[in-house]
Amino acid sequence: MSDRDRILARIGKALGSSEAAQIDAHLATHARGPAPPRLDNPVAHFKERALMLSSDVMEAASMADVPAVLAHHLAERGLPSQGVCWPALADLPWHGAGLDIEARPANDRDLLGITGAFCAIAETGTLMLLSGPETPASASLLPETHVAIVATGRIVASMEDAWDLLRSECERPPRAVNFISGPSRTADIEQTVTLGAHGPYRVVLILVDSTKID
Amino acid sequence: MQVSSINFKRYVSEKLNDENLQQALSRLQTRFVGGRAAVIGEIADLEASRTAAAAIRDRVLQNLDQWLLHFERQATARGATVHWADTGADVNRIVAEIAALHGVRKAAKSKSMVSEECGLNEALERQGIEVVETDLGEYILQLAHEPPSHIVAPVVHKSKEEIADLFAEKHQRPRKTDIAELCREAREILRPAFLSADMGISGANFLIAETGSALIVTNEGNGRLVTTLPRVHVAITGIEKVVPTLEDVTTLLRLLPRSATGQSITNYVSVLTGNKGAADHDGPEHFHIILVDNGRSSLLGGELQSMLRCIRCGACMNHCPVYQNIGGHAYGWVYPGPMGSILTPTFVGLENAPDLPNASTLCGACGEVCPVKIPLPDLLRQLREKLAERGLKPWQERVALSLWSWMARHPAVYALATKIAVRALKYAGGADGLLHRLPGASGWTDGRDMPAPVGKTFRELYHQGKRP
Repeated sequence: MSDRDRILARIGKALGSSEAAQIDAHLATHARGPAPPRLDNPVAHFKERALMLSSDVMEAASMADVPAVLAHHLAERGLPSQGVCWPALADLPWHGAGLDIEARPANDRDLLGITGAFCAIAETGTLMLLSGPETPASASLLPETHVAIVATGRIVASMEDAWDLLRSECERPPRAVNFISGPSRTADIEQTVTLGAHGPYRVVLILVDSTKID
Repeated sequence: MQVSSINFKRYVSEKLNDENLQQALSRLQTRFVGGRAAVIGEIADLEASRTAAAAIRDRVLQNLDQWLLHFERQATARGATVHWADTGADVNRIVAEIAALHGVRKAAKSKSMVSEECGLNEALERQGIEVVETDLGEYILQLAHEPPSHIVAPVVHKSKEEIADLFAEKHQRPRKTDIAELCREAREILRPAFLSADMGISGANFLIAETGSALIVTNEGNGRLVTTLPRVHVAITGIEKVVPTLEDVTTLLRLLPRSATGQSITNYVSVLTGNKGAADHDGPEHFHIILVDNGRSSLLGGELQSMLRCIRCGACMNHCPVYQNIGGHAYGWVYPGPMGSILTPTFVGLENAPDLPNASTLCGACGEVCPVKIPLPDLLRQLREKLAERGLKPWQERVALSLWSWMARHPAVYALATKIAVRALKYAGGADGLLHRLPGASGWTDGRDMPAPVGKTFRELYHQGKRP
């Protein structure tokens, strides 16, 4: 008897009868639990929550302006202007803004990683990123600085709204759905919060007004 | 991990006299108890959310076999391999087989309490596989050869000075005492381990039946690294961790980090489904999920079933006056605090941990803060009854209680005995009316004096009209 059979037999014996039909019924509903507080202005709430998570938040008038806004921010902070971006963002005028950006997955030596976001969640100031050939997960993970471009029209109120968006736009979840809420951190030593554990030390969010995205 | 819960009483006296530990534990209260209180109010209707969370967990437990089978079908359809492990030894065997199958020499590991149950690291090392713990706390413990003392903050018992000494010795670098510098040093040492590991090992906070996904919450990013970079990923988790839908898991996620660390959400929440796609640049080529029983199914259908709702937030231990005073190591196994006092005797046998159900004042704090409404004090009482039924109480306690019970059923004897006792105690109290020592109650009188009775029983005083 395999471990699988033994475990299932033991569960079956302890529970008596179980019904597969109940499972299908529940799965079909996607019923939501108690809702979080309603937000009047999700974009403003997203910014507020992102700042609380120690993310930097700035705005660009259009997608074409993103490189200049970023270049300015990096120069101001004395951060490297060389890095990688998602292949999906290869066509932005990085070079024109004085940035040296390659469109490829990040490796250990890259200090700057630029990504987009599938959507963002106002409730907690969180980014939702989907892995894929054009949107590699490493860009938001290995570099010390993670820059994410967020279209304001993609800021949803709650994680439940984000799941609905995923279901409506993707056939199935990708290999990795990563929710990112600020720079990586640890409080393992004396419960003192320290930013930059194994992931990025800083997260920079550049918000772009969706009406200006073509 | 070796079970040493039988030594509970000895550990308690050691821990109460450990000044470093006492200081560390006071920090835990400030950060975690205060942290939870600061953010739990963000949830619009906390009671409704706790009730909904408990219902989600109960829904799964009531049909656990069907939910597991559904999860297995969905996960397999996406290319993951699902394994079932009856015991901790089976987990170790399966991971070793996976390692052998894929030619693994080195594994990077993020925190997994289930793997602590099994002693996985030692088992893999015996097979010649190098294992590196990458959660900062777990890494420190691996260097120090110590077990975790908290399920969320494993190294809560250590001061930064102790960690500074340890790093200086093991890393052969100049000693640092700034916490940020210590963290950077660990990052620099561990980054190459992520890059060179053949296999990443993680736990899973939840398994999502709808999509066949494993969900992992982390703050440091090590959970993402071990599940993204190595070519093999093994996720090890308990059979009870299944949750039906993405909506259900979202309800639980509103409660988990708030209850655990006082965060509205952890830095990273990763929902992992299947293998790396053909065109993908990153992600594991092989994704194995191990469903572990190791005693869990024995809780199903019994009085303690609600314990399986547990989502491992640690709020019960953070708020427990016993844990707050003795820390996690005293409990003698992987899970400390109130949840551990139920899980440990269940998993390793009541006879191997007879003191744990009594390691509670039954103040009720654990039950009040539990995000999935586990009636922890009630479950502890159930275990105490089992202790009595199985004759696992000390003989002195058993004799005393049966004597008392016999007297309570014979009121005349009871009255006479108490009359004699209060008079004897008054005499023993002497001129200052204080008892400095009481046979059989030295644990109480060592630290304080007990006021001696006035020499008459309550009933005698009542009959004399002297209402106290």
